[in-house]
Amino acid sequence: MKRTKLLTHAILIVLAVICIIPLYWMLVMALTPNAALKLNSTALWPQGLTLVNFAGVFNAGLTMRWFLNSVIVTGMTTVLTLLFHSMAGYAFAKMRFRGKSFLYAFSIAGLMVPKEAMFIPLFLMFSSLQAHNTYMALYLPRIATPLGVFIMVQFFRSIPDSISEAAEIDGASAYRTFFQIILPTSLPAMTSLGIFTFVLTWNDYLWPLVSATRKEMFTLTTGLASLQGNFAQATELGSLMARGVIACVPLLILFLIFQKNLIRGISISSGSK
Amino acid sequence: MTAKSRTMPVVIFLAPFLLIYISFQVYPLVQAAVSSLYDWDLLTSQKHFIGIDNYLRMFTDPTFWDSFKHTLQFVIYSTPIIVFSGLLLAILLNGRNKFLQIYRTIFFAPYVLSVSVTTLIWGFMFNPQKGLLGALSTLLGTREIYWLTDPNYAMSAIIITTVWWTVGFNLVLFLAGLQDIDGSLYEASMLDGANSLQRFRYITIPGLSRTFMLVLVLQIIASFQIFGQVYIMTKGGPGGTTRVLIQYIYEAGFRDYELGYASAMAVFLFMVMFIISYIQFAVFSEEKK
Repeated sequence: MKRTKLLTHAILIVLAVICIIPLYWMLVMALTPNAALKLNSTALWPQGLTLVNFAGVFNAGLTMRWFLNSVIVTGMTTVLTLLFHSMAGYAFAKMRFRGKSFLYAFSIAGLMVPKEAMFIPLFLMFSSLQAHNTYMALYLPRIATPLGVFIMVQFFRSIPDSISEAAEIDGASAYRTFFQIILPTSLPAMTSLGIFTFVLTWNDYLWPLVSATRKEMFTLTTGLASLQGNFAQATELGSLMARGVIACVPLLILFLIFQKNLIRGISISSGSK
Repeated sequence: MTAKSRTMPVVIFLAPFLLIYISFQVYPLVQAAVSSLYDWDLLTSQKHFIGIDNYLRMFTDPTFWDSFKHTLQFVIYSTPIIVFSGLLLAILLNGRNKFLQIYRTIFFAPYVLSVSVTTLIWGFMFNPQKGLLGALSTLLGTREIYWLTDPNYAMSAIIITTVWWTVGFNLVLFLAGLQDIDGSLYEASMLDGANSLQRFRYITIPGLSRTFMLVLVLQIIASFQIFGQVYIMTKGGPGGTTRVLIQYIYEAGFRDYELGYASAMAVFLFMVMFIISYIQFAVFSEEKK
């Protein structure tokens, strides 16, 4: 019994090290001077520790602009998703109206549309509005995915009707009931949906690639991708890796704080819970 | 309460989502189907109706079939690897131990990275002169492999990258599935003298079957949409050997400016994925009954 436990841990440690080395190596290169990396980039310890690469990200190039773009687009997407999808989810879960089951089925059917396949018509649509290279073009299509509605409906169905009924007997309007009584109780579900939306949006690649074609409007994800085909950048490996580190640090921090919520969001949204 | 005061809130609660949903999800789908019937040039914006010619062309276009084949290759090779590694990790990591929590965090962490961070790391990992894999082969005295430029290895490199990046997602789903298995089943079987192998065979495997189907279908759907890893790491190369379907749609639309043709292929991809999603939906609602 003890021996199998030890063996399990040994296997897990090896796998964990393999899993984490690529990330660690990126950090090591980001902390190594470019000149040293030209000679040897496979060391697992920074050869001549430096912060120059990181300073370079803040002083030159568009990386900080892309960072800002990502913050704006991801922020708008997350806030609007939470607001609109919780409202719609509440209506579907708790309000009575004609045609509800049809409307809900219609809304959820969109889950079966592969988001990656539909970028051509979306592109044409924003072209005809002359709205490419704007923040709006980047976040509006992202809040149209019905996943959030599904998550919120699942959640709202689990809270008893008596809460909203009591509030309405006391004379509260539907809006007050929702915003002052229901929303505060749905914080756990909202956090799960919020963090899930945040990660997916921050990492979105294809739509920003198609819609934001001006360099200043790249997101961090498309911007960082645009640097990788560039051979001039390969001689400045350290600077490139520093940009990679800056692109993933916000997500890794959020992940460490909200890991439980993110996992919950994934389980609910995939239909496994 | 009057009828009006009951209807208004419903409209106000639903309108923002439905408006955006119809404009940016439903309408594009219809639009894609319509534009697939046109010869539509992105540069001149000229279009004329050609019926199903785009579809006929698609079925005789070798590049389309190659891209579809590479997509299928990716789906067929990567899916079992990702699903079974996720399952194996979940079985090893199931429990309430503090150490297990740390391992879980480590294996799940790459999933939150963006595709371009992932390709940044792995693009250099696979570089025979600059990367760690090259250093490893020097250390072991094996032949240098030009992972990303050798047609025999490029798809494997994409698959390795994807496994590292996304295995955590399946791990999480399998862990949730394991935790849903009724613990009293295990207790009862222990009283009956079942050993751990028997418990695994008769409780864990049947208990996970629903989660397994779910993970499998989700993974297939995700794999069909592969684009970023390929487009950034190999550009579909060497010699088109890793070009996948979404990449070809992207190139047809934005390199060759043939929007009608690109739409036809998008509709094709949609049909394939719709069928898979439908199977998922059917399996899922079957289980719920």
